[in-house]
Amino acid sequence: MIELNSKIPEGPLADKWTNHKNSLKLVSPANKKKIEIIVVGTGIAGASAAASLGELGYKVKSFCYQDSARRAHSVAAQGGINAAKNYRNDNDSDYRLFYDMIKGGDFRAREANVYRCAELSNNVIDQLTAQGVPFAREYGGTLATRSFGGVQVSRTFYAQGQTGQQVLLGTYASLKRQIAKGNVTMYPRRQMLDIVVKDGRAQGIICRNLLNGNIEKYSAHAVVLATGGYGTIYFLSTLAVNSSGSAAYTAYKKGAFLANPSFIQIHPTSIPQLNPYQSKLTLMSESLRNDGRVWVPKEKGDKRNPLDIPINERDYFLERRYPAYGNLVPRDVSSRAIKERCDAGYGVGSTGYAVYLDFSDAIKEQGIKAIKSKYGNLFDLYQKITGENPYEQPMKIYPAGHYTMGGLWVDYNLMTTIPGLFAIGEANFSDHGANRLGASSLLQGCTDGYFILPYTISDYLADKINIKPLSLDDPEFQKSEKEVMDRIDRLMNIKGKTTPLTFHKELGKIMWNYAGMVRNEQGLKQGLKEVSELEEQFYKDLKITGSKHNINQTLERALRVADSFEMARLILHDALNRKESCGAHFREEYQTEDGEPLRNDEEFMYVAAWEYTGEDKEPILHKEELKYEFVKPTQRSYK
Amino acid sequence: MKLTLKIWRQNSPKEKGAFKTYILDDASQDMTFLEMLDALNEKLIAENEDPVAFDHDCREGICGSCGMIINGRPHGPGKEITTCQLNMKAFKDGDTIVIEPWRAKPFPVIKDLIVDRSAFDKIMEAGGFINTDVGSAPEANTYPIKTHKAEEAFEAASCIGCGACVAACKNSSAMLFVAAKVSQYALLPQGKVESLQRAWNMIMKMDELGFGSCTNTGACEAECPKGISLAHIARLNNEFIKSGFNKLFADKH
Amino acid sequence: MSNFFVSSIGKKFVMSVTGMFLILFLIVHLTVNSMIIIDDTGALFNKAAHFMATNPIIKIIEPILAIGVILHILFASLITLQNQLKRDINYPGLRRYKKYDTCASTNWQSRNMYILGTVILTFLVIHLINFFWKIRYTGSPLLEQPTILSSEIKNVYALVTTRFTTWWYVLIYVIGAVALGLHLYHGVWSAFQTLGWSNRKWRKILNVIGVIISVILGGGFAFIPLFVFIKSII
Repeated sequence: MIELNSKIPEGPLADKWTNHKNSLKLVSPANKKKIEIIVVGTGIAGASAAASLGELGYKVKSFCYQDSARRAHSVAAQGGINAAKNYRNDNDSDYRLFYDMIKGGDFRAREANVYRCAELSNNVIDQLTAQGVPFAREYGGTLATRSFGGVQVSRTFYAQGQTGQQVLLGTYASLKRQIAKGNVTMYPRRQMLDIVVKDGRAQGIICRNLLNGNIEKYSAHAVVLATGGYGTIYFLSTLAVNSSGSAAYTAYKKGAFLANPSFIQIHPTSIPQLNPYQSKLTLMSESLRNDGRVWVPKEKGDKRNPLDIPINERDYFLERRYPAYGNLVPRDVSSRAIKERCDAGYGVGSTGYAVYLDFSDAIKEQGIKAIKSKYGNLFDLYQKITGENPYEQPMKIYPAGHYTMGGLWVDYNLMTTIPGLFAIGEANFSDHGANRLGASSLLQGCTDGYFILPYTISDYLADKINIKPLSLDDPEFQKSEKEVMDRIDRLMNIKGKTTPLTFHKELGKIMWNYAGMVRNEQGLKQGLKEVSELEEQFYKDLKITGSKHNINQTLERALRVADSFEMARLILHDALNRKESCGAHFREEYQTEDGEPLRNDEEFMYVAAWEYTGEDKEPILHKEELKYEFVKPTQRSYK
Repeated sequence: MKLTLKIWRQNSPKEKGAFKTYILDDASQDMTFLEMLDALNEKLIAENEDPVAFDHDCREGICGSCGMIINGRPHGPGKEITTCQLNMKAFKDGDTIVIEPWRAKPFPVIKDLIVDRSAFDKIMEAGGFINTDVGSAPEANTYPIKTHKAEEAFEAASCIGCGACVAACKNSSAMLFVAAKVSQYALLPQGKVESLQRAWNMIMKMDELGFGSCTNTGACEAECPKGISLAHIARLNNEFIKSGFNKLFADKH
Repeated sequence: MSNFFVSSIGKKFVMSVTGMFLILFLIVHLTVNSMIIIDDTGALFNKAAHFMATNPIIKIIEPILAIGVILHILFASLITLQNQLKRDINYPGLRRYKKYDTCASTNWQSRNMYILGTVILTFLVIHLINFFWKIRYTGSPLLEQPTILSSEIKNVYALVTTRFTTWWYVLIYVIGAVALGLHLYHGVWSAFQTLGWSNRKWRKILNVIGVIISVILGGGFAFIPLFVFIKSII
């Protein structure tokens, strides 16, 4: 059995990263030129990593499935990016950001990793600003900030409601710069289908060229996965419809451990599902909860126009339940509170599965102009989708699958259990514990890509300078290539009746019902059964038309859905194993009297890292104990 | 509702394409345009046909993947929306909808409604960045920037690179796309330093890749899903002309 | 710099600068022409025409003007031809659905500047043959009609007012003037935009200025022949 070694350095919290950096081995500039690195994914983590590695002089190959690196789904992040700049003089600090993240994550993240993320946050803002990211400014010309959920200071930097887009385009620009310099080669429209592991090291990948269906082989000294999360497991989520956990799952099947897969964040403020045809849910940034007040009618099934319901007949339930944080409680807490109200019959809208997010008070206090400048594009977005004007009518919102805290297990160097295979950004598990604090995903993507991976990867590469990348004719490459081709043929040859889209929708329903915001043992077991049945059905009845030698989006989806079944089972396994409630993982059996999650630190203060053991075999659980040396885990309270 | 869809079908870049007519009986006004195409594709698969290929990803109007000409207009009827944000409420029962790929020489069709927009990436590689190395960034508040300049830069930066501007332009000019980037950086002190050279390089690349020139018709602005203003093109023109004069008169440029 | 005039913006720069110069010329021209209306003895107009024909500064400007016109036409042709080639050709068999048009969001004249320019050019040739050429080179008996001024001064007034008694000739001028007006309607703002002398605020102002200039120049050049013609029939 492999021992999990997280490689967390010794020493005081604030010195860990500095000390560790000093001990990392370097690769000289002349040798960097000889070293090739594959980076899969071009979101903020992938693009910033590829750009920084290119800048250092490595030969980088960057892959994405979209037609351009600029379209990766980081682009859709709205609210902002945290940094402990303390520009507002509100007593913010690295420690406070670290503590907020640890607490927000319900004490299921590694102290050292989280502190490093907080420590580097200021560098990220400096770097992005230097790259020309147009963050919002105060009238004096300095950077503006706003507050975000789960936090009592104002430390979120933003560019209206399109911060993710702006940060992504910043990293994309630095990627373009390295492409122009010839340090990075871009391979768009490639779907990664396998990772080649030889002599125990990750040495290459197999891709399907989405334009012509060719199966392509690429080798390198190291492989970096920056492939994002697997929130589309619910079918309806705030993710891009083509996002999936396929890459992480592929790594898992090759021997990398997957950690805490059941920690999936359900974002409280998304536009509710309006009809059965819907293919995607649109997020309404958490920043809206700065000024918007969440409420439902006090009376069950009150169908009046919200404007006609007087204040004293409204239940501002977040403010009522959590007076200290009010509408700004963390995402998991508010999501569950919203679900609780709707399940109890107080929900609004045609389906009864929505609550109001009301801006009328803020508009009264600050004026329409101030609200417009803060949230203008979000309001426009809402109006475009729903046809309702949020300046006049309260928004209707409901939680939706959003972000996966779980992911590939990595050590302090961001390396998975397969040497040479690194995972950064949402694809790894390291910084967010059981629940991610708002505006920290952009932060983590940037710290991983710009400031951490470029240092830690050299430690791995230092003794590989005289090794040539694996030959593409190596038997291991040929084996992987054949496996991939067989997988495609298998799917193409089922020739059943049901499309991958239908299967995906079905899977989504199962997962939302049994492994969504609220879980219980019986449901999870039922989920496992239903997923297996659906998977069996999938391999009997799948239908794909078109050719495998051309653009075939049905085949692309089928390949992703095929991985999703196994991913789904792993999520259910993990959720079953974790007999406690923490963060986004809420087991009905384990709650306090007033319905808050009840952690069990005695038994579950660990990272659940799962090892693949073969098809139809139970995964093996490895535990990485979480040692809290610097903070004392407490019952999270936002009251 | 029942719709007649005339869709451009083309199997590969080299093969000839043609409009094909499909009848979709069970479309709903609750669908978005792409969900309507999903429904059509489900039907085509059931009939053993090759589904219509189209680029799409985020489905919330920000990634810039989707884009098709719907009834002669890039991203279809409606102001400041992408195709994925287009609602079927814009159509009624019995309508005929004509769906084509972006039309421009620098955007060759790959398959059906998918075109090759890699020319945009090449323009960006010619100068769509600020030359700053990781690690060399000064403290973020070093340069104060006026709010309205930051906002103007943001407006320019909100370009999603979808290509509607090129598709709308009778000259297939990419001026609005280039202007958005040049203008964003020209407005910010960080980007000002190399602004003239950037404008020069990006325009030269744009010309080289076969985009036409701007004749100020304003079609790009009218069809831009992010409402990016022609004012940015004016700024680009200015930067470029200054750059040209610099090359002529300045000692070192 | 040599690349500058090859680049898309460089070519437009030439269009813009020459266009602005031509507008200045037209304003002077219209001012001179308006003398026809102001003074029906023709003395004022003849004097002005004589001044324009003999003034050394105008002599210098004349070839510049000619070069301006030629550059404007050449670059317009080049740009239009190149732009035509950027569209559609890669889609074998693709026919645009005429019924719907992207161009609904833009105005007609902005899309048809070259056609309008061609109309203006045709008109210009006719105009030059009938006036400029005769006054300068071939002469006409009408020009020799006595004026109340010195015998040195040609009677351009007689030539003009006689020419404009033919209805179809007047019609040609009206068409030319309308084309000019439409051309300037887009051209004035466009010239400033191309030089980068525009922003959100100035775009509105320049548009208004463009309309004013196009109405004055287009209307003015249409009005004078009409005025002469109507005066001749009543």
